[in-house]
Amino acid sequence: MVSLPAPRTPRHPAIEMWIDADFVQKLALVVGAVMLMLALLAPLIAPFEPTAQSLLARLRPPLGFEGARPGYLLGTDELGRDILSRSLHGLRLTLTLALLGATLGLLIGGALGVLAGVARGRVEASVMGAVDAQIAVPFTLIALFLLTILGNSLSVMVLVLGLAGWEQYARIMRAEVRRLMALPFIEAARCAGASPLRIAARHLLPNLVSPLVVQFTLSLSNIILLESTLSFLGLGVQPPTATLGAMVGVGRDYMPTAPWIVLVPAFLILAVTFAVQILGDWLRDRADVRLRSR
Amino acid sequence: MLTHAARTLFRMALTFLVIVSLVFFATRLSGNPIDFVLADGLTREDREILIRYYELDRSLWQQYFAFLRGFWDGQFGLSFIQRRPVAEIVLERLLPSAQLLLAAMAVTLAVAIPLGVIAALYRKHWIGSAVMTVVFVGYAVPNFVLAVLLVLVFAYWLNWLPVVGNATPAHFIMPTVVLSAVLIAALTRFTRNAMLDVLGQDFMRTARAKGLPERAVIMRHGLRNAGITVLSVIGLQVAGLAAAGSVVVESIFAWPGIGELLVNSAIRRDYPVLQFGVITVAGAVILINAVIDLAYAWADPRMRQGA
Repeated sequence: MVSLPAPRTPRHPAIEMWIDADFVQKLALVVGAVMLMLALLAPLIAPFEPTAQSLLARLRPPLGFEGARPGYLLGTDELGRDILSRSLHGLRLTLTLALLGATLGLLIGGALGVLAGVARGRVEASVMGAVDAQIAVPFTLIALFLLTILGNSLSVMVLVLGLAGWEQYARIMRAEVRRLMALPFIEAARCAGASPLRIAARHLLPNLVSPLVVQFTLSLSNIILLESTLSFLGLGVQPPTATLGAMVGVGRDYMPTAPWIVLVPAFLILAVTFAVQILGDWLRDRADVRLRSR
Repeated sequence: MLTHAARTLFRMALTFLVIVSLVFFATRLSGNPIDFVLADGLTREDREILIRYYELDRSLWQQYFAFLRGFWDGQFGLSFIQRRPVAEIVLERLLPSAQLLLAAMAVTLAVAIPLGVIAALYRKHWIGSAVMTVVFVGYAVPNFVLAVLLVLVFAYWLNWLPVVGNATPAHFIMPTVVLSAVLIAALTRFTRNAMLDVLGQDFMRTARAKGLPERAVIMRHGLRNAGITVLSVIGLQVAGLAAAGSVVVESIFAWPGIGELLVNSAIRRDYPVLQFGVITVAGAVILINAVIDLAYAWADPRMRQGA
C-alpha cells in the first residue's frame, strides 16, 4: 500500500500567511501592530498633554542620563514638552493623515482607473494623459506649490497626500478592468442580461479588491514618507501640533545639545516605514499581481 | 527616427504647456493674488488701483493669455521679497544644484550598476541577499532622517565634516551621500531586475556556447542589453527622485541650490519665485526625459515604431 500524506486540515488564510512568513516579515507585522496600538492609545498612555509646556524642565535628557527629570521618560524639548507624549501624538497624527490620504488617493485613482478601463475612447485617453502628466512632474514640487497656495491646514494636507498616489491606482485599475472585461465570465454575465452597472458592482468590483489592497499598502509608505518630509521642511501641519516629521525638523536646531528630541521621532518614522514597506512587498508577492512600485 | 523625435518633442511641449497652465490656474484658484502681496490696512481705492494696474479685473482667460505671452517674452515677474526678476534669482541657483546632482549621479552610477549586476549574478547566494537588504534599507530610510543622523554623527559628535553651504569639496560629502542613497537603492533594484531578465535570454547561452569568456558574456552581452532597460528607467524614476531629494537635501545642508530656494519661497510665500522655480524644475525633468527617450530610441530601434 502506498501511504498517502494525511489530508491537511484547511487553515485560515491569515494563519497560512503567518506560517509562510520569514523572520523579517513577522518582525514587520509585530512592529506595525505595536505602532498601530501606540497610535490608537496615544491619548490614554501619553503621560502629558502633547502641547503642555514646562519651562522649568526644558531640554532634559531621557531618564538614566545626567540631568533627567523624573516623569519625563524620554526627556523634554526646547519648551519643556514631554518627548514621549509628543511622539505618541505625532505618530497618531502621522498615521491618521497617511491613512486618510491613501484612502483619498484610492478613491480618486480607483474611480478614474475603472472609468478609463470601462469607457475607453476619449475618456480613457484623457485619464491616461493626466496620469502621464503627473508622472512627468516630481510630486514634491506639486506638493510644495499646493501647500503654499492653499495654506497648510489638515484638510489641505490630506488632499495633497491623496493626490500623491492616485495615478498608480488609476493605472492598475485600468489594466485590471481591461483584463477582466475580456474574460468569459463577464461575457456570460452580459449574455444573461446583466446591466453594465450590475456587472461593474457584482462582477468587476470583487475582483478589484485584492490589487487595491496591495496598492494601498504599497502607497502607504510613500505617503508617510511624503508627509514626514513636508512636515520636516516646515510645510506641514503648523505648530504647536506636530507630526513626527515636524518634530525632527524643529529638533534639528537643538541637535548638538539635545539629540533625543530628534532621535525619538526619527526612530518611530523608521519603524513605521520599515513595517509598512515590508508588509506592502509581502502582500504584493502573495497576491502576485504584477504591480510596478515607483 | 525623425518622426519619433518630432512626436517626442511635441509631447514634451504639450506637457510643459499643461504644467504652466496648471500653475497659473492653481495660483488664481487660491484667490486674488493682490491679497498675498499687499500689506493689511490698504484702502479700498489703493486696492482698486493696483487691481487695475495688474489687469486683474480682466477675465480669467484674458489674464491667462497675458500670462502666457509674458512667459513667451521672458517676463516672469518680480520676487515679492527680493524685488528683482525671478529668472535672475532662479538662474543663479542652477549651478550649485547641477553640481550636487552630477556628484550624486556619478556616485550612484558607480555604485548602483555594479551592485545591481552582482545582485543578479549571485541571486541565490548570500552576497545577493546582502546587497538587496542594504538596498531595502536605503529605500525605507527617509532621506531627511538619514541626513539628520549623518549630521549628528559626523558633524556634531565626530566633528569631521562641515554642514552648511557648498564652500569646499568636503561640503559635498554628506549632501552627495544622502542624495545618492535613495538613487542607489532605486537604480540597484532596476539594474538587478533588468539583468535577471537578460540572463535568461537565449543569446546569453549562444554567447557562452561560442566560447566567450564569462566576463565578456556578462559585460558585452548582458549588461549592454540590460543597460537599455535601465536607461529608460533613469529618466522617469531617477529624475523624479533626484528632484524630490534635492529639495530635502539642499534645505538641510543650506545648499544654495534651486531646491532650497523652492522651500524657502514656499515658507515665505514668495509666489512668483515659487511659480517660476516649479516651472523650471518641471521643465528640466521633462527635458531630461525627452533626451533619454530619444537616446532610448536611438539605442533600441524597436522603440521607434511603438508608443
